[in-house]
Amino acid sequence: MFEYNFHWRPVFKSLPDLLEASITTLQVASLAMLLGIVIGFILAVSRLRGNGSVYWIATAWVELARNTPALFQLFFFGFGLGALGIHFSPYAIVLAGLTFNTAGYLGENFRGGFEAIPPTQLRAARSLGMNSWQAYTRILIPQVIRIVYYPMTNQFVWVVLMSSLGMLVGYRELTGETQFFASKTYRIFEYFAVTAVIYYVMVKIILGLSKFCASRFFRY
Amino acid sequence: MISIDGLHKYFDNLHVLQGIDLEVQKGEVLSVIGASGSGKSTFLYCINGIEPVQQGSVLVDGIDVHAKTTDLNKLRQRLGMVFQQWNSFPHLTAIQNVALAPQIVKKMSKSEAIEVAARQLEHVGLGDKFNVFPNALSGGQQQRLAIARALAMDPQYMLFDEATSALDPELVGEVLDTMRILAEEGMTMICVTHEMGFARDVSDRVAYFHEGIVEEIGSPEQIFNEPQSEQTKKFLAKVR
Amino acid sequence: MEQSVTVFSSFSVQDLSFLGEAALRTLWISFLSITIGSVLGGFFGWALYEMKVWGAIFLNPILDVFRSVPLIVQLVLFYNFAPIVGLNLDAFESGLVVLTLYTSALVANVARGGIEAVGKPMRITSRSLGMSYLQDMRYVVFPIGARAIFPSWVGVALGVMKDSALVSVLGYVELVKASQVLITRTQEPLLIILVVGAFYFALSYPVSRYSAKLEKRWSQ
Repeated sequence: MFEYNFHWRPVFKSLPDLLEASITTLQVASLAMLLGIVIGFILAVSRLRGNGSVYWIATAWVELARNTPALFQLFFFGFGLGALGIHFSPYAIVLAGLTFNTAGYLGENFRGGFEAIPPTQLRAARSLGMNSWQAYTRILIPQVIRIVYYPMTNQFVWVVLMSSLGMLVGYRELTGETQFFASKTYRIFEYFAVTAVIYYVMVKIILGLSKFCASRFFRY
Repeated sequence: MISIDGLHKYFDNLHVLQGIDLEVQKGEVLSVIGASGSGKSTFLYCINGIEPVQQGSVLVDGIDVHAKTTDLNKLRQRLGMVFQQWNSFPHLTAIQNVALAPQIVKKMSKSEAIEVAARQLEHVGLGDKFNVFPNALSGGQQQRLAIARALAMDPQYMLFDEATSALDPELVGEVLDTMRILAEEGMTMICVTHEMGFARDVSDRVAYFHEGIVEEIGSPEQIFNEPQSEQTKKFLAKVR
Repeated sequence: MEQSVTVFSSFSVQDLSFLGEAALRTLWISFLSITIGSVLGGFFGWALYEMKVWGAIFLNPILDVFRSVPLIVQLVLFYNFAPIVGLNLDAFESGLVVLTLYTSALVANVARGGIEAVGKPMRITSRSLGMSYLQDMRYVVFPIGARAIFPSWVGVALGVMKDSALVSVLGYVELVKASQVLITRTQEPLLIILVVGAFYFALSYPVSRYSAKLEKRWSQ
């Protein structure tokens, strides 16, 4: 037991690269989250108000995203579409996969958020002469944001963690970069241990920031 | 003046309003009483245009509420409405609750809207609650907030939909008092209510709704002391 | 059209049974880790609830690691860590250990929520009837709490089932890994990927729908 000699020096030497890769991770995760919020909102409204094909496309998106593995979704945008002659770069595969997945989960969250608001709120807003747009942007959406804020934070954490799948499609975000160095030096354990710490710290910072922002935004 | 002519309203196969004819003059206070399911609340929603109608018309100052060309958002500024559930906007402070609609619907400047809101909050006795969020207010205070919110739009008419029936008994009084003040100031009001005392003391006329029609209408003295219709007698015997 | 003809010529019955076996492996590792992880997680949840201080200082941060580090990193890390401490674990065993701990960390949070959901007044009532602590747990807290958390628990279980796809990085030939092998051999990525996606969907969708239905019925 414990005959293993730990070699941390190569890991520390490539620490700047790893930290740079974690910025890449945060970037791709943030972009996917942003797109996911916009699309998720559209999906939620389509399922609540839409009918016919709009409703079914939105529902299919949400259910596929939620009921298949994220890895499968990434492979679909990788190999799957490749078969149809559509070739994505590793970056685009990760971004498309994460966005598809996140939009689906957020779509369901947002729908729950809208349903949690009593319908009488909309009625009260309209009775004051607000038009539909004003009632949504001033009355309903601020309340939805409050309801889905923490689920959304958790979703962002999940996106950051999920972006590690980039390693499997050749994208060098944090995990991909770690894999690259680890296979070059054979110090797999050491590299992945440090990477695990970086993820842990990233997640803690995200959760802390989210709590801080909540205390500033939500006063009720 | 609000004039309702031959109004019919269906929910699918349910014939909720079966031909209502009514006129409410400027400055008048009309109380609408009746059992639940008699169509009282639906009647209010049809005046406000929240519910579409199938037959008949509602004219508010000569404007047909249900005509396709009518700008409902504009019309609703004339018709303040207070609901059974007070529906405070939980993400806004009391003063923001009141100032929002004047600002974005009437396009007042922010300071103007705040000024109007402050005045109306004082008016309903919430002068010390400007920066409080609704979850820190009692039900009675939230209902008064809802009244202030409707008044801030400077409406010609106020519609009350059972404004006190969701309140704890000890909070009913303060809301009724606020409504009484409005009536004394000459506001034109249609109040759907279960408060017979309020209907008797404050209204100029009382209408008794029964199964989608106006069964009987008249002065409070007439309705409460000498009801003509058998249905009205039965109803009053039950609530008394 | 031409493509779909070649699809069926190169995709044989043997390939289908290969996929079928892989699907069974996915089910097997998911079943084991969900079962053991839930029992463990239930225990952790109880510990977090009963031992507030110790739980907050020791248990929760450890469980947090499993929730804050990508599963793929956990898998690689543990797979390479086991030999260092003298454990000879194959891909299945390593995957099972990590998935089980991962499940238990997620279930712990859910379980604690369940105990909290039962509420103090209810428990005081049962204790005032002369029930012992264990009787209170067995006859009051467990039945009520289990019902309250059932939908969340189903969510965790389905998540683990989908996440088990990641054990493929260790070389365990579960469904996603098998599909990759087949894609390389048959060069029919789209068909194979759709078959795999359909399998996960057919498993996950009915369960999640059923659980959503139960949740609705119970909340009434």
